[in-house]
Amino acid sequence: MSSLVVDDAQTSRASTKAIQPAWVRTLHWINAVAMILMIMSGWQIYNASPLFGFTFSPAITLGGWLGGGLLWHFAAMWLLMVNGLVYLVLGFVTGRFRTKLLPITADGVISDTRAALSGRLSHDDLTKYNYVQKLLYAGIIAVGVVIVLSGLSIWKPVQLQYLTALFGGYDVARYVHFICMAAIVAFLVIHVALAVLVPKSLRAMIIGR
Amino acid sequence: MGRMRSLLIPGVDGRLLVKDAVKTMPELSRRRFIASGASLGALTLLTGCNVSDSFSAEDMLKQVSKFNDSVQALIFNPDALAPTFPESAITRPFPFNAYYALDDAPEVDGRAWKLEVRGLVDNKKSWTLEELYQLPQVKQVTRHICVEGWSAIGSWTGTPLRDFLKLIGADSRAKYVWFQCADKEGYNSPLDMRTALHPQTQMTFKFGDEILPRAYGFPMKIRVPTKLGFKNPKYVISMEVTNDYKGGFWEDQGYNSFSGS
Repeated sequence: MSSLVVDDAQTSRASTKAIQPAWVRTLHWINAVAMILMIMSGWQIYNASPLFGFTFSPAITLGGWLGGGLLWHFAAMWLLMVNGLVYLVLGFVTGRFRTKLLPITADGVISDTRAALSGRLSHDDLTKYNYVQKLLYAGIIAVGVVIVLSGLSIWKPVQLQYLTALFGGYDVARYVHFICMAAIVAFLVIHVALAVLVPKSLRAMIIGR
Repeated sequence: MGRMRSLLIPGVDGRLLVKDAVKTMPELSRRRFIASGASLGALTLLTGCNVSDSFSAEDMLKQVSKFNDSVQALIFNPDALAPTFPESAITRPFPFNAYYALDDAPEVDGRAWKLEVRGLVDNKKSWTLEELYQLPQVKQVTRHICVEGWSAIGSWTGTPLRDFLKLIGADSRAKYVWFQCADKEGYNSPLDMRTALHPQTQMTFKFGDEILPRAYGFPMKIRVPTKLGFKNPKYVISMEVTNDYKGGFWEDQGYNSFSGS
């Protein structure tokens, strides 16, 4: 019963400072759903005209056929883009990007990577990202922007022809779009693995503390 | 345990929930976390249903596709020309693509063929190939983009559709020009009027300076470089200017109707 008393004291202290604010958590999980829909339907579309010598197994694609994949892809893109835009605006306007993601130094990344790989990276203060997190989170935001822009450029190569030209033309833009997807999937694998390895960070993204 | 039961999510295995929570949260506030009810194992059970098979998911997707038609119509700039290329960029050989193999492609007798004209037009006379060949023609070397994702650069020569529509006194305020084709399944595709009037939309009679081969749609194809390939019908036998949306071969199966590039 005495542990209950300790809990209440910690509750009142913790409630004044959330590790992850509600808006971050909400946008994060909406993005997670949107990303999975986009990736799986994207793989369905890819299968209709593969860029490389392989196709994705039907077990992991969404839509059943090209037509279905396209319907899902062009529906989920709204979820992704609107949610992503809100996140970018709020991230800048609230100063969250500045305080959470900067600075990123080469020394910091190298030393934190070494610490992580030898299991010595501390997670005592979840309100502060380590250098590996800062690099990867800033990086994945940039990749997210590029994947949307490259997607728009292959969706509208005539109406947005200047954007498509920026990517090197329609054919090259397809590869850019695919490479960004591969980077996001790689990030996802690492991100999910580490969130499960440090469960309090996952908990913080669900209930904020 | 009795008091905690009232806090659990209905339909969820309570023992699984507690076990998960205890396993993942080794430190403080265990009770508060369970009270919030957020266990990953339990959530997986709840979301195990297959949403993509349900009837309402498909309805929702088709509604969004209709919304996308409006968005695309909004961003369609009738003055934006599809990029053009030099002859050296032409993809050789230019691909054949259809829902059937080349051997099953329509074989149209050019001497017997007539383009039927229907709907909201002043002059509904049918046109022979000879008559159509008399009309002024222009060439374009543009990129054909397939809904599948691949693309190929080709050379198409023919009469701008907007000139023909003016010639026959078509109502340019009508919503669609709807085309029908000679294949067994009756391929058809609707074209929104603004795209029909686009300068590069063409009634095509030649590919690469030669009369349109059977593979590419003899005797006439509608070339629309501002849309995906399936909106560029081949082996066209009739057209109708109409305010009614009459569907299309692929559009009815779920491809987006506007499909603009």
